Amino acid sequence: MSDETYPGDLRYHPEHDWARVDGDVATFGVTWFAQDALGEVVYYDPPAVGDTVTAGSSYGELESVKAVSDIIAPASGEVVEVNGAVSDTPELVNGDPYGEGWLIKVRVSDPAELDALMDEPAYRAYLAGLNG
Amino acid sequence: MTELQRTSLYDAHVAAGAKIVPFAGWEMPVEYEGVRAEHLAVRSTCGLFDVSHMGQIDVTGPGSREFLQSILTNDITRIGPGQAQYTLLPDDDGGVIDDLLAYALLDRILLVVNASNIAPCVERVTSLAPAGVTVVNRSPEVAMLALQGPTWAKALTPIASPEPFSLPYMEATEATVAGVPCLVARTGYTGEPGVEIMCPAEAAPAIWDALMAVPDAPVPAGLAARDTLRLEMGYPLYGNELGRDRSPISAGLKWACDLKHGGFPGAERMQREAEDGTPDRLVGIVLTEKGIPRGGCAVMADGQQVGTVTSGTLSPSLGVGAALAYVSPDHAHVGAKLSIDVRGKQKSAEVTSLPMVDTSPRKEHHS
Repeated sequence: MSDETYPGDLRYHPEHDWARVDGDVATFGVTWFAQDALGEVVYYDPPAVGDTVTAGSSYGELESVKAVSDIIAPASGEVVEVNGAVSDTPELVNGDPYGEGWLIKVRVSDPAELDALMDEPAYRAYLAGLNG
Repeated sequence: MTELQRTSLYDAHVAAGAKIVPFAGWEMPVEYEGVRAEHLAVRSTCGLFDVSHMGQIDVTGPGSREFLQSILTNDITRIGPGQAQYTLLPDDDGGVIDDLLAYALLDRILLVVNASNIAPCVERVTSLAPAGVTVVNRSPEVAMLALQGPTWAKALTPIASPEPFSLPYMEATEATVAGVPCLVARTGYTGEPGVEIMCPAEAAPAIWDALMAVPDAPVPAGLAARDTLRLEMGYPLYGNELGRDRSPISAGLKWACDLKHGGFPGAERMQREAEDGTPDRLVGIVLTEKGIPRGGCAVMADGQQVGTVTSGTLSPSLGVGAALAYVSPDHAHVGAKLSIDVRGKQKSAEVTSLPMVDTSPRKEHHS
């Protein structure tokens, strides 16, 4: 398990997904909060390269021994790469949710969707609201 | 919503880093370090579970045994002092109010029931009890710890007297553990050898702490590991595999129903089902491709639904998706090729023998 962190260079979706933007391609994953709530991830069911994902909709599933969690796309676009390492070693999502535990890379179709996401301080405030 | 209860070990769980979840009206530890590590520790060394949420009901007075013989499915006359027996409490239609362990102790018969069924069990047993038989719910004052796994005796040795190692499977004895008078029973719900320790609730933390301090200390293990361990064994869980809507026969529990003598509620239905068969039967299933079956998933054969998953998980021991399911008798034989509809994806699977792992709670202590 990793320590609770929320990197400042990411954009955050309220369903606890993050996006790292690099030109017109964004990397998606789930936040520390999401992996902690789910527990040890034991299965990752990814989309296929070429699939279209839609902001706010599920593009895959992460499963712990006890539960299934939909993974929500923070932005829309076409899947250009899937992290096969997480399929083979799902607990990477727990150990390194922002690094080796990334899930897919997407060619973003509407960059404005990324602008609408939360930055780190806003996401932290959002989490604090959930706990209170 | 009623207030959630906490066991006397709540602070110990939090100190051990537990993730706490609501379960059957209690705040219980679901996992500590992680369910897989805890599961595998129980299979290879040993783990310690807090099962204080479970219920203890004392039945005393002349005629207690005859009374229980008339309302429980198993033949309670077959157990002598100190022995425990798996049995079921049926309703008038032969549906299951609870599955439980009955202990024949010197001064009483002790029923250990599921946390979620304490009230219905107390109500059922009390309502049927004849004059002179007393039914007392002792659940609030009793804590229960389950020390489970092949090295359980090494962990218990330094703090128990007398040493309970020669205790046979499914027998109980009074012993002192960490200075606390306890009832120690060679029982459990994991398939591994081990003991369950019942003690006054307020004394449980002393036992927990003492066990955690011995050289061969157990790993704290949560409800999630308890569930994956029992699923690999094919042990039914009330609410998943058992309920009022079916008799014990389709669950494969004919062995716990004394149909030869009968006389308990629902016995005639069970006898009929045992002879004629049931519309479906409980089986173990493993996926033969990646994926995790879950309760409620349809079991398919040749494009038709032939059953439903009642419990599903990733088996930590086998590393594959594993399930218990009720399926039609035509597909209930070991090796039957099936598929499971996991949220719209057909995952190939087959019926497996139970237990799914090579272990036995009967194993004796050797070291």
